[in-house]
Amino acid sequence: MLTTRLAKFTGLACGLLFALIAFVASVAFGHTAISTTNLVDAVLHYDPTNIDQIIVRSERLPRAMIAAIVGASLAVAGALMQTMTRNPLASPGILGINAGAMFFVVVSVTLLPLHSPSQYVWAALFGACIAAAVVYLLGRGRHGELSPLRVVLAGVAVTALFVSFSQGLLIIDQEGFESVLFWLAGSVSGRELDMLTPLLPLFLSAAVLCLVLMRHANALLLGDDVVKGLGLSANVIKLLLGLVVILLAGSSVALAGMIGFVGLIVPHMARGLFGVDHRWMLPGCMLLGAGLLLFADVVARFVIPPQEIPVGVMTALLGTPFFIYIARRRLQAA
Amino acid sequence: MSQEHISQKHMNQTLNMCGSGRISGRNSYPAQHAKRRAQCILLSLGALLLASAWLSLSLGSYPTHPLKVLEALVAPATSDIGFIIWELRLPRIVLAILVGAALASAGAILQGIVRNPLASPDVIGITGGASVAAVLFLVSLSTTLSMLWLPVAAILGAFAAALVVFALAWRKGMTPTRLVLVGVGISAAMGAVTTLLIVLSDDTLAMNAYVWLTGSIYAAQWGDIQGLLPWLVLFIPLALLHSRHMDTLSLGDDTATGLGVNVTRSRLLLMICSVALAGSAVAFAGGLSFVGLVAPHIARRLIGRGFALLLPVSALVGGLIVLYADLLGRVAFLPRDLPAGIFVSGIGAPFFVYLLYRIRQ
Repeated sequence: MLTTRLAKFTGLACGLLFALIAFVASVAFGHTAISTTNLVDAVLHYDPTNIDQIIVRSERLPRAMIAAIVGASLAVAGALMQTMTRNPLASPGILGINAGAMFFVVVSVTLLPLHSPSQYVWAALFGACIAAAVVYLLGRGRHGELSPLRVVLAGVAVTALFVSFSQGLLIIDQEGFESVLFWLAGSVSGRELDMLTPLLPLFLSAAVLCLVLMRHANALLLGDDVVKGLGLSANVIKLLLGLVVILLAGSSVALAGMIGFVGLIVPHMARGLFGVDHRWMLPGCMLLGAGLLLFADVVARFVIPPQEIPVGVMTALLGTPFFIYIARRRLQAA
Repeated sequence: MSQEHISQKHMNQTLNMCGSGRISGRNSYPAQHAKRRAQCILLSLGALLLASAWLSLSLGSYPTHPLKVLEALVAPATSDIGFIIWELRLPRIVLAILVGAALASAGAILQGIVRNPLASPDVIGITGGASVAAVLFLVSLSTTLSMLWLPVAAILGAFAAALVVFALAWRKGMTPTRLVLVGVGISAAMGAVTTLLIVLSDDTLAMNAYVWLTGSIYAAQWGDIQGLLPWLVLFIPLALLHSRHMDTLSLGDDTATGLGVNVTRSRLLLMICSVALAGSAVAFAGGLSFVGLVAPHIARRLIGRGFALLLPVSALVGGLIVLYADLLGRVAFLPRDLPAGIFVSGIGAPFFVYLLYRIRQ
């Protein structure tokens, strides 16, 4: 772990460098190889007749930006959930929040005439809310405590519920099936920048809330009694943090579908590097999360060429060993 | 809650002993009452199942009078609907009951082993393993190999997944918590692999695989029943033989060890029963979720926690659930025939959420 202020700054700088390298790689590598000159020109002197530059502008750049934002959001959402529930396995994917958002998006795509993310993002946010509330209610023990096993199982049950409902809807409405399938698996490809812009205010407001709440989240780590002693209400803080999680996870699902495990792995890495202080850990999460998803997305283009693997599958395959590692090591007391 | 129940049971036994001392060998009132109640529940569930099967036989795209159904059952050669009843509807109904019974018993066993009412074969990755194997078969081998091999692939997948879960959860012995958490992880990975296979295959195969994943007993044949029945006949009695161990396991590992149970071995054996039952059911009906979760809960409400009665009651309840889900799928949206899995989750999932909420109180 990095202990001094300087070391932490250096760590964040390295994280930024990693994210930037992954971003450039995500723009540069793919089915069509793009030369460095075209890459630079596409950004600085855009020539709309050059096919490579069109690919960069219309395909690669939006994709990389969406991957970066979604990765950062999911990682921060996971970190906040782990803080709130004091559960190292908490993350939007495991606890059913992504599935809730997904189900309501499937409903709005198949039953309602809503077809762009800016339209169905509200459905996603609503679904995330519902799922979070249900998991919280089910995961709470008799005295209001959240036991790790119970919360995880409640999350899995809620996920199963929403996934099977979505499956049912998609089988009844087979036309919707093909268009939604790749998105369901979690993917950042084929998105346009127009899809991202209407959601930016949501991401930004979540970021602002996050900045305001960092110190309060630190207090939460010390226990509800300490929070009370500081003159704050633990429930209010948890509610606000929950709002941030729902904003981040819901908008991410609306943009990129079901991408699991980023919210699980990254907070652990960030905590290992920067410690538990949210003022360092959350920026670390943002950078590492963005870098990880960009990196996974690049790798997903080259596993079975010329086909692309949905990046959600990549993160799940990368994340499972990690999940099992935590389940075996960290939860011995539970 | 379990301790409360155990102490109550213990009291019943004590009462029983006192009773037999005083009232010349007759059972005391509570024990006799419980026994009669259990018989009553088993009998009425069995009767309900038969009646439902009869009802289901007479409904469909070509509705028939229930009496004509009986006539066709007895003398299929002379009846004009003999073929519909014997070759189309009956196999499907029998398969639905068997699949439901297998999934429900697998769930009941698993919930007993891990001492957690939220565990089920679909939660800890067994169904996931079977799904990966089956989807792999559907998208890659189904053009070259006969569909008869699909169940074999699914059962192998279920066992492979269970083996991986067991091996990874093993760390100087086995705790239920670790077993479930590792299972959740493996289940997520299996889900990812299934999605990958579906995304990479072409559209018609993908839709086939998707319908299979939802769980359907469409086009069941007598051959399917011949394939599934042996698993039930073998493993449900095997689990019943261990019902005493199961009741002891519910007291906690330390107590069970103290009472002379080889905890790890019993758990392993019961686990094998659960995997075999779940795997074979999934092999013939696809990924029907929630039966394994919900049926044991309903059974527990009806009969209490003694495993020897819980298992058969769960099986009957599971059979009823899948029977009605398939009936709905057949007749609710005529002329379309929807997968039973949609209705199982449609009814099972909200009910499960309600149950979970109640358990906490």
